[in-house]
Amino acid sequence: MRLYELTAHELKEKIERREVGVEEAVRALLDRIAEVDEAVRAYVTVAREQALAKARAADERLARGEPARPLEGVPVALKDNMCTRGIETTCSSRILKGFVPPYDATVVELLERAGAIIIGKTNMDEFAMGSSTENSGFFPTRNPWDLGRVPGGSSGGSAAAVAADEAVAALGSDTGGSVRQPAALCGVVGLKPTDGLVSRYGLIAFASSLDQIGPITKDVRDCALMLGVIAGHDPRDSTSVPRKRCDHLKGLVPDVRGMRIGVPKEYFGEGMAPGVRAAVGAALKTLQDMGAILADVSLPHSEYALATYYIVAPAEASSNLARYDGVRYGYRAPGCPDSVTMMTQTRSEGFGAEVKRRIMLGTYTLSAGYYEAYYLKALKVRTLITRDFDRAFEKCDCLVSPTSPTVAFRFGEKMDDPLAMYLSDIYTVTANLAGIPAVSVPCGFGEDGMPVGLQILGRHYDEATVLRVAYAFEQATDFHKAKPVLRDARAGGAAMGGTAARGAAASGDGSGEAGGGPTRKPAGGEADA
Amino acid sequence: MKITIADVDHVAMLARLRFDEDEKAGMAEQLSRIVEYVEKLNELDTGDVSPMAHAVPLRNVLRDDEVRPSLDPEEALRNAPDREGDFFRVPRILESE
Amino acid sequence: MPERAKVSTAWAAEAAGRPGPAQDGGTGAVACASEFEPVIGLEVHVELSTKSKLFCGCQAAFNAPPNSHTCPVCLGLPGVLPVLNRKAVEFGIKTALALNCEVASFSKFDRKNYFYPDLPKNYQISQYDLPLGTSGYVDVSVDGGMRRVRIKRVHLEEDAGKSVHESGTITGSSFSLEDYNRTGVPLLEIVSEPDLRSPEEAYAYLSMLRSILRYLDVSDCKMEEGSLRCDANISVRPKGSSVLGTPIELKNLNSFRAVEKALAYEFRRQAEILARGERITRETRHWDESRQVTVPMRRKEEADDYRYFPEPDLVPLEIEEAWVNEVRSTLPELPGVRRERFMRDYGLPAYDAAILTESKDLADYFEAAVAAYGGDAKAVSNWVMGELARLMNATGTDIRDVRVAPTALAAMLKMIDDGTISGKIAKTVFEEMFATGKEPRQVVAEKGLVQIVDEGELARIVDEVIAENRDVADEVRAGKDRAITFLVGQVMKKTRGRANPRAVNRLLRERLSSG
Repeated sequence: MRLYELTAHELKEKIERREVGVEEAVRALLDRIAEVDEAVRAYVTVAREQALAKARAADERLARGEPARPLEGVPVALKDNMCTRGIETTCSSRILKGFVPPYDATVVELLERAGAIIIGKTNMDEFAMGSSTENSGFFPTRNPWDLGRVPGGSSGGSAAAVAADEAVAALGSDTGGSVRQPAALCGVVGLKPTDGLVSRYGLIAFASSLDQIGPITKDVRDCALMLGVIAGHDPRDSTSVPRKRCDHLKGLVPDVRGMRIGVPKEYFGEGMAPGVRAAVGAALKTLQDMGAILADVSLPHSEYALATYYIVAPAEASSNLARYDGVRYGYRAPGCPDSVTMMTQTRSEGFGAEVKRRIMLGTYTLSAGYYEAYYLKALKVRTLITRDFDRAFEKCDCLVSPTSPTVAFRFGEKMDDPLAMYLSDIYTVTANLAGIPAVSVPCGFGEDGMPVGLQILGRHYDEATVLRVAYAFEQATDFHKAKPVLRDARAGGAAMGGTAARGAAASGDGSGEAGGGPTRKPAGGEADA
Repeated sequence: MKITIADVDHVAMLARLRFDEDEKAGMAEQLSRIVEYVEKLNELDTGDVSPMAHAVPLRNVLRDDEVRPSLDPEEALRNAPDREGDFFRVPRILESE
Repeated sequence: MPERAKVSTAWAAEAAGRPGPAQDGGTGAVACASEFEPVIGLEVHVELSTKSKLFCGCQAAFNAPPNSHTCPVCLGLPGVLPVLNRKAVEFGIKTALALNCEVASFSKFDRKNYFYPDLPKNYQISQYDLPLGTSGYVDVSVDGGMRRVRIKRVHLEEDAGKSVHESGTITGSSFSLEDYNRTGVPLLEIVSEPDLRSPEEAYAYLSMLRSILRYLDVSDCKMEEGSLRCDANISVRPKGSSVLGTPIELKNLNSFRAVEKALAYEFRRQAEILARGERITRETRHWDESRQVTVPMRRKEEADDYRYFPEPDLVPLEIEEAWVNEVRSTLPELPGVRRERFMRDYGLPAYDAAILTESKDLADYFEAAVAAYGGDAKAVSNWVMGELARLMNATGTDIRDVRVAPTALAAMLKMIDDGTISGKIAKTVFEEMFATGKEPRQVVAEKGLVQIVDEGELARIVDEVIAENRDVADEVRAGKDRAITFLVGQVMKKTRGRANPRAVNRLLRERLSSG
């Protein structure tokens, strides 16, 4: 097995036993990126020099006999909406091109304190608005399982990087499914923790009351390991919950006997692809065979979740994104005679179509006379949706559903129809609205052999149950061990290139643009895909 | 609710965005569809339901009144698109702003 | 919305283009104004004197080098979050209590969305529908009577930065410079009901408010430094009417005098318009200090669409009774109560009591002096409000920096009482005490200012003066009584003021009537 193929816990153990040096591990990942990222395009920035410097420092530490930390030497990728001191942070938006934060997000501090090495920043839908990473202001990321398809989004870069072994683990952010959906579409594990469990300080806000940072990993153990590092109270985030840190690894026992697992009927209705239905159906059977008790439950307000989400999220976003005005940082439109023109021009040129659409939607629903009819109404429905879950959790330990109604779709398939794209989030947005934890774990393959994810949702702060069920399921199956063909195409540049070209052609962005090394910073000139 | 070009103009002005005529028509049409979709919520009676602004109900998160170090002005201004001395510089502000 | 400094040239130009109404307050305007009354409400913003800003740990400092008190949070960098300053909340509660408000048991913060280069996030964190305090009042003494001014609301919000306008040439190439030091400094907005009925009342209310805030020690309330800012709403209606007129908002009121003058101007302007049978258009007007006129500000239609919604990055406040009581226990005796007590306990006239209690430090000074003196409190009041106030004004000295200790003033008063110095000499003594901080006894000794109490010595000097001014003495003897003043003056001159004028007068009369 190659170094870059290892999981975080495997790699950390090897480093701890001094079988592998940190620099060696980091170089292995950097080489892997150099090899395949031309095809996948998971990264917008590779922090090669910083990563190597930190790796050498870690090796020295270990050489001095200091004990290995929980993520010692593990190369980790960050979605490019988490601020990294001294490393460009763009949210994949042209409006933030060149922005170098003077501070680190709390999760960055925590990862580094735990010994992780940040190797780069991953591509995303601009400001996390999207479900395909096609809305990146720079370029789309491709699904390692089929370069002609999207990796999902908005944390598509992080999910693709982990799936393509370009990162041992990654962080994404999840506002309506942005960790879980790309994890499902790329065949990896993705967790959205309970609201307030992980600090949002330094996470560039999309919709403040829905955003959560979560790990994207190769297996459930890594997910628990990462969560243990990034979870915890942060006095810099007023919405961070003061709770004791806990070791999420301890609860990982492959046993679901007697557990009551709810199957919400609203999540198994129309609109689900047959391949997804089959894979998830088989997964339920597996859980049942393992001794879990499946129970039919109802979440009657589910059909209102997406509408609620598409009021709350754009409204908050319209305000959160007001600060991008060309005054203090980022892009400024040149040659404007006055400030109003400058701000208007900057924003019109700097934001992509989807971001502008959501700012318009959010501004509209908050504007005079509409606040109560839309935003306030949505906050009330949010209460109803949360009560549905409370009721379901009275009877069940957790709930299961598909993560996404379809497997990864082809580039451009849903770009002309925002509503169709929004439907990708139909099973995931409820967890954000209710603030509950939810994980997506690989559960097989659907249409065209593309990965399918099983979503497991739990009570507030009950990550333990969610992870335990995911772990037990994973241990009973082999889906997480499957790797995209890309891995074998390592030496076969022609084959890989061919796939990449197919992807680019399908995305309609011109395959000629796909050149350039992974360390190359985003060109920024590409039109919104 | 049907969103008109005039609505788009007004909202764009509030949001400091500008669209050309073609974009406006497309925006009005797309926003109309989305708004029509989200108006689905009107089916629900929420008369006595309290709004939920946060998923986790926290109260009184306060910090002590202690001074912490500020950024060095040089660092504060590092990302500035334009500056003059230690000020951020912007095109003139019209009185009507 | 925080008040902002703006270039006034544009407004001045606009105002110049049209004749300002009733600029001179001519008799015509006065005549028509007498049929109308103004209805005034004030919106006051005070910067709270916390050590750090409202939502971050940057120091809240005035006059620091540009952008030297900023951090990612108050610069509104991507990814940052606010954390509320407990002290600011307590100052808010304290003020709400002092203004007799109901303190909200549940309060929250909201975002007020508008674009402006001095507002880093392009929204201001403020309080919209659940302010800290509501339904309070302040009693203000006006024209010898009392007026109860109702307080509509008291809420917390963050200040904006400062735009420095580089006024450009006519060719139009000009820029604005942004300094974000002030961004995020806690502001308390105090909104009155439209209960004020004259510019003078507005002035009195503002003075009372400042006095209260200073007693509370929550703000230094320096209007010239912008730590107290005031916008006014004024409408005009026929006297006796109970219908409210169209309100006009006045901005750029940079001093108490400006508030009073702008309101007086605006009252006359609107009264004139109404007298002509025309209507007032609702607008915001700017006080042009140099021209002493108000001019309309052009505003966009968006101005009122702030798209308020609950700030998702902050959690609500639950202000329990125990917390309120804890804050209540820190309230000092407030100026209104103290004024009453000064009248009751010290027998002071209302005027004296009001002036002495306006500043807590002055009132403390007075009380310390009275305690040390033990005599007539009115005498202390006369000296504090007279000589002390005069010298403080002349030298620009704050009461806290006055070098005359209250006990020294008391000692001096005792020296007057026991005849050691005359009241006239005491003024000289006090000036010296004020300048040097010396004790009165030392000043009197050093300058030889002890009153001549020896009747024989005084009689000798009186005789000398009569001898030197025979013709004047004859005039007095002849019945020209007023001429005696001259002789008294001569005696005082010879004694360098150390004689008791009453004694001199008596001695002169004895001699001139018998001789």
